[in-house]
Amino acid sequence: MGSAGDLILQQLINGISLGSIYALIALGYTMVYGIIQLINFAHGDVMMVGAYIGWFCTTVLKFSFLPALIVAMFLSAVLGVIIERIAYKPLRNATRLAALITAIGMSFFLEYGGMLIVTPQTRTFPSVFPQTVYTFGNVAFKYGDIVIVITTVILMLLLQFIVKYTKTGKAMRAVSYDKDAANLMGINVNNTISATFALGSALAAAAGVLIGVYFNTIDPLMGIMPGLKAFIAAVLGGIGIIPGAMLGGLAMGLIESIVSGIGYSTWRDAAAFIILIVVLLIKPNGLLGKNIREKV
Amino acid sequence: MLTLNNINVYYGAIHALKGISFEVNKGEIVTLIGSNGAGKSTCLKTISGLLRPKEGTLSFKGNDLTAVSAPEIVSRGISQVPEGRRIFANMLVSENLDLGAYLRKDKAGIKEDMEKVFSLFPRLKERRRQLAGTLSGGEQQMLAMGRALMSKPELLLLDEPSMGLAPILVKQIFSIIQEINSLGTTILLVEQNARMALSIANRAYVLETGKIVLSGDSKELMESEEIRKAYLGG
Repeated sequence: MGSAGDLILQQLINGISLGSIYALIALGYTMVYGIIQLINFAHGDVMMVGAYIGWFCTTVLKFSFLPALIVAMFLSAVLGVIIERIAYKPLRNATRLAALITAIGMSFFLEYGGMLIVTPQTRTFPSVFPQTVYTFGNVAFKYGDIVIVITTVILMLLLQFIVKYTKTGKAMRAVSYDKDAANLMGINVNNTISATFALGSALAAAAGVLIGVYFNTIDPLMGIMPGLKAFIAAVLGGIGIIPGAMLGGLAMGLIESIVSGIGYSTWRDAAAFIILIVVLLIKPNGLLGKNIREKV
Repeated sequence: MLTLNNINVYYGAIHALKGISFEVNKGEIVTLIGSNGAGKSTCLKTISGLLRPKEGTLSFKGNDLTAVSAPEIVSRGISQVPEGRRIFANMLVSENLDLGAYLRKDKAGIKEDMEKVFSLFPRLKERRRQLAGTLSGGEQQMLAMGRALMSKPELLLLDEPSMGLAPILVKQIFSIIQEINSLGTTILLVEQNARMALSIANRAYVLETGKIVLSGDSKELMESEEIRKAYLGG
């Protein structure tokens, strides 16, 4: 029992770390989808930009982790708002397909524009944390695991607070439910959509910095796979539902580490896409998705 | 207070309002009646800034509203209770009311108005911690009205408040409309239920396919042969 139990525990720890990162990215997908029904395929690439800003802050400017994280989140939030204003806002009343294709275009723009600026070469993220490994029996977790989980929990609590209790958060929920009615309350719909992009992009940037810190390397195409998986996580949890993205992200991380842990690591990515197919077939609204019936 | 002058509104190629002119004076209850598709809701949406007139002018308290955005119109003192209530079903009753006061910053005043809304609609107070989507139709109408009042409007636009409600609830809602008016809010009421609307309004305009075909004192209109035949069922 001992070694098998340890193995499972070890994979759980890895899964939670990875899942936290997916969850942070998934939140941005789900929030943007919730408010303008767009799958923002450039979201993973915003995460990449965040990772590069974090890299720049820690390597060139010699910032420590927290200031680098905050700068990356802030600048990526601005980037998210600019992307929305330039690329998506003019298509607000166009078909959803047009906006979706634009999102894919924006994704390529960031990936290859990024390559042009920072070169396609992989960069090493400096080790901003002590490389301490804590061991309990045969189970090991790194200092980075703890930082990832704590950062994610704090950011999620913060997000919950913003969405539930602040004026902007209430406006975001109102706009996502009914734009015209929100307008009649005096809510500026465009600014509220911008705020949503800002929040989602900031969370993605945090995920980017955490990926850099955790895996030590970053490159301009690093946003593609985590981006897709976070998208699956958002669908798994129920797209448009914030707690669903958190749950879906964690579930994805855990499933991936378990698949790797039992010796099928080459099947890891396939597992993610199988989940997507199964969810779409069996429960297209996602785990937490439900059709709220309205009385009329 | 509110003046519409030769307003023309189109939905694409459809000419929905064909040169509408009317006015609402301070303290009045004015009603727009007419059958389905006559342009009543279009008219309200144009006033609240959700639709833009292609021609014509719209002014409120002497200021032009023609190019003013919907949120800005709320801050000028006009609030609309939309057709079908359009409450935020995924949010709490209290959050719906908070959103009504979205543009206000006077915390004390907001709290006071919340109490006023609760005294007009005691049911909302009981249910303030419930999701708005779980309310009955009548309660949702009350919430939509309460929410609109939270912006402290000088002019309240009501779009079909009787829609889908049992007669006893309609009576209750209409007596609350009168009460809101007596507390100093001017009211522009759009209704298909012409009898109820005329019974509480001071003046009325009758819309038919985008045009005003009749107007006048509600009591006189109620007596008029044409109105009786077309809208009051003989």
